[in-house]
Amino acid sequence: MSIQINHLTHIYNPGTAFEKVALDDVTLEIAKGEFIGLIGHTGSGKSTLIQHLNGIISPTSGEILLDGENIHKDKTKLKEVRRRIGLAFQYPEYQLFEMTVYKDVAFGPTNLKLSPEEIHQNVVSALETVGISEEIYEKSPFELSGGQKRRVAIAGVLAMNPEVLILDEPTAGLDPKGRDEILQAIKDLHEKRGITVILVSHSMEDVAKLVDRIIVMHRGKAAMQGTPKEIFSHVQELEKMGLAAPQVSYVFAALKERGFDVPTDIYTVEEAKNVLYQMLK
Amino acid sequence: MIRDITIGQYYPAESPIHRLDARFKIIAAFLFIVSLFIVDTIIGYICVSILLGIVIRISKVPFKFMVRGLKSIMIIILFTAVINLFLTQGEQVIWQFGVLHLTVEGIYMAVKMCVRLVLLIIGSSLLTLTTTPIQLTDGLEYLLHPLKKIGVPAHEIAMMMTIALRFIPTLLDETDKIIKAQQARGADFDTGNMMQKAKSMIPILVPLFISAFRRAEELAMAMEARCYHGDENRTRMNVMCMQRRDYQAMVWTALYLCIVVGLRVAVNFFPQMI
Repeated sequence: MSIQINHLTHIYNPGTAFEKVALDDVTLEIAKGEFIGLIGHTGSGKSTLIQHLNGIISPTSGEILLDGENIHKDKTKLKEVRRRIGLAFQYPEYQLFEMTVYKDVAFGPTNLKLSPEEIHQNVVSALETVGISEEIYEKSPFELSGGQKRRVAIAGVLAMNPEVLILDEPTAGLDPKGRDEILQAIKDLHEKRGITVILVSHSMEDVAKLVDRIIVMHRGKAAMQGTPKEIFSHVQELEKMGLAAPQVSYVFAALKERGFDVPTDIYTVEEAKNVLYQMLK
Repeated sequence: MIRDITIGQYYPAESPIHRLDARFKIIAAFLFIVSLFIVDTIIGYICVSILLGIVIRISKVPFKFMVRGLKSIMIIILFTAVINLFLTQGEQVIWQFGVLHLTVEGIYMAVKMCVRLVLLIIGSSLLTLTTTPIQLTDGLEYLLHPLKKIGVPAHEIAMMMTIALRFIPTLLDETDKIIKAQQARGADFDTGNMMQKAKSMIPILVPLFISAFRRAEELAMAMEARCYHGDENRTRMNVMCMQRRDYQAMVWTALYLCIVVGLRVAVNFFPQMI
């Protein structure tokens, strides 16, 4: 399923002192099966953009086409849109409310009025994907650790079997272990189920490591697009937008400055390791 | 939708009303509310509405904001109207059905009560729209100060109010976020009967309560960490000081009260005027 965003503009509180242009004529295209990284400074319009994609907020002007069809054309189909495009908000664990983990994850599929068997199947497979084992199913979500809660909440979105998964900073505030677990789960989802993933992140390392294409938001506009290599080669522009390239690329820039013959387009630790191995041999 | 609730919201603007001393504004709002109950005639309400309109104009707060505040209490207004319409005793009965009866007095009463309520809400939201919560509670603390002698914890009350007001927008934002998150999971808040609608609130209320308690705990901790211990020996960053404009506004308010009381007295003495 492809998503096409045409001239999308969103203004919060138009006509009042609180007026704010959050999105300014954004045009983008996201193809099926892509892994997109959405980066941008706080307040650049990332969250507003992703909330438009499943119709949680309506555009001030412009349109969002899902497989060529405007998602706001038929209001009764919005639920279907929300099933196909799963959106996990920032700190999704704050939306947990049920008595047990299992019931909470089942909330989405139940709302979609699936059959009990389907619900069970979806819930189990979603919890498995995020690495929640069976003995936790009947626990209260509020007894879990922060990382577990986060994963349960993401499972709540996955249980609706979305074709596109949007995650707004899924790793914010987690310890390194929790972060790795979540990122691994997302990577698996993309590779095994082939679903389209849009990852909003402030971690350039995560983005460099995972995504196929980066979209840079700046002041409500899609300022840059391209592969991680292309985007991170514009370090100066990124820094002007309050962003940066992955840490490891600065190490290589410094090495180059000191006269070592190293490439400067190294953006992941894995790549760096390989290059340095080669050199030391 | 959730942002429509404007009670306690501040609207930043540069206006003479915004600059007035909070203490005076609180008293003026209080007097305004009292005046609504002194006024008893249609002409009186028209006068009050016009005057309130002028004050709103001076305050530079868009009228839309006042109306938005009304939306959230529409049910109360409608309820008042219906009760007064059908249950007011009167001589000139227009229509009757069991205990319900429509009288001329009832219509008059319903209109009066609704206008009163609307003016009351608009008048008091004008206070919060033009006064920052901090100013508001500072003013309130000052006004409650004399009551300390009889054991009213003025500072604590003011502090609680500050915190409550401070958290209204935060909790509204939070509610908005939770609603969106549950909508993203296919939750439906608009269809179904009363029972289903009430049930559909659970996924919003549970997370909201949890987050409110969490915030309260964090705030208490943060205050304690900074050695907050209440009233004693605290000094203020902004010392309130009456200005010339405040005295001018006082004169206007006094004039307004004279008109209102005058109208009432006039009506009492010359009932044939209406």
